[in-house]
Amino acid sequence: MSEEFTPQELMVAVASREIRDGDVVFVGMRLPILAYAVARNSHAPQARGLFEVGLMRDQPASAFLGTMGDPPNVAGALWATRMSNAMALMAQGEVDLGFIGGAEVDRFGNLNTSYVGDPRRPKVKLPGSGGGADIAILSRRWVTLMSHEPRRLVEKVSFVTSPGYGDGSPGWRKRNGLLGGGPVAIITTLGVLRFPEGGGEAYLASVHPGHAVDEVVAQTGWPLQVSDRVSETSAPTDSELAAIRLFDPEGFWTRS
Amino acid sequence: MSMAQAIERFVPDGSTVALGVALEPLIPFAAGHEIIRQQRRNLELVGPISDSLFDQLIGAGCVRRVTAAWVGNVSEGLAHCYRRACEQEVPRALEVRDHSNFSISLALWAAAWNVPSLPTRTLLGSDILRTNPDLSTVDDLVEVKAVRPDVAIVHVQRADELGRAHAWGPLGISEEAGLAAGRIVISCEELVDASVTLSDPNRILFPETKVAAVVHEPGCAHPSPVQGFFKRDHAFHRDYADRSRTVEGFDAWLREWVLDVPDRGEYLKRVDAEALRIKQHRPSVPSDFGYE
Repeated sequence: MSEEFTPQELMVAVASREIRDGDVVFVGMRLPILAYAVARNSHAPQARGLFEVGLMRDQPASAFLGTMGDPPNVAGALWATRMSNAMALMAQGEVDLGFIGGAEVDRFGNLNTSYVGDPRRPKVKLPGSGGGADIAILSRRWVTLMSHEPRRLVEKVSFVTSPGYGDGSPGWRKRNGLLGGGPVAIITTLGVLRFPEGGGEAYLASVHPGHAVDEVVAQTGWPLQVSDRVSETSAPTDSELAAIRLFDPEGFWTRS
Repeated sequence: MSMAQAIERFVPDGSTVALGVALEPLIPFAAGHEIIRQQRRNLELVGPISDSLFDQLIGAGCVRRVTAAWVGNVSEGLAHCYRRACEQEVPRALEVRDHSNFSISLALWAAAWNVPSLPTRTLLGSDILRTNPDLSTVDDLVEVKAVRPDVAIVHVQRADELGRAHAWGPLGISEEAGLAAGRIVISCEELVDASVTLSDPNRILFPETKVAAVVHEPGCAHPSPVQGFFKRDHAFHRDYADRSRTVEGFDAWLREWVLDVPDRGEYLKRVDAEALRIKQHRPSVPSDFGYE
């Protein structure tokens, strides 16, 4: 067990482990920017980051990023271009992994970032898709990160902004013409949910240190399936924490 | 031309205006603030993500419809004026045409190429298809209807008086927004001689025939970044997010930063522009356009 860490630091470390060496990663915003940096500095030195603003990189930016479009992310880029060119790669199946932030998710990995309640008069208007729907539909596999609360992990999302496995029936994505493979993990503040090979319903794969299976189940808005082999999530290693704190020195993303 | 003159001439009430088309960088906040000061009404805003500029225009009551992929505060999250408009019709009702980043790009390319729509595989399976009348499904593809702005306002690093604009860094959907628009207003950090822009025609963003006005407006993009000129002002975005949580807080913010500020020059005296200015420069190697 390494030193103390925040829930966000653990989420970044877990997200970074989803990145395989050689992947083209559609990075997105917030914690995944750090996850790419951590992976690139450890087990995935050949991973490339693609940013929808119109950038490709093979190394993390050398200064803090508040957004993907900040000047340090442009200096040293492999490619500075237009968004539609980045989308072209994803439309061709050349993006291995994407990250999407979510406000609500259901058991089949369908994400809502648009409306809570009736879209015509919503209870909460969320910011919208951004590139989320594009990643969910076109990337080969994707991961979402969110705070683990019953109001976020819900029986039914009000609105499917970014489709996962739809109604959960076998072959739903293929039948509906979705190119990419779908979600592989929901990384939360309490644990990691995964999906069976080929898609379907999420199950609890690991519980973060300091939390219990019962607690995670209670904080989930549907009867959560628990893997027979549910484990404890590996804590961030010292080198993962060092990388996170190098790229987020003030704790803007991970300690506030 | 001044920003006030450009907005007065090219952004009448009821216009469809594309803004913030490079995504997080180069957002023409000064143009938005001038639109607010001139009390424009019934605008349709078109853009990908806008950061907090769309939120400010919505809160000031300028906007009838938003056609965008995302309206929020990129480093802080939710957009509070946007929420109040959608949830409570405060200060007025707002129509939303949701897109994804890919589909808003395609909608603008369709208009740029003068076709009614373009097909794509994105958005299949998304409820965005159900709420946006500009999207339909035909033969297992999504048809994205063209979106044609009346005007695109684009901030760049440098331009000449005839509208040849040089922008660098990621371009987002700048090119399709400019080509789709009826006309383009360019705002620039540096107004340069034509010999500078014409020395690198590959870097010229738009045909000069589309450009209706050039405004020399240094610092136009604050608090968004400009490669080679200004860093992003994260603290300013956080302060806006905190203060815009309530109508009263937003109104006070708007008075302090927009309504009681005559122009961008005065605005820049109120921020620590020197702390944000980029001082370590990394110029690219010039290209050789020799021909004999």
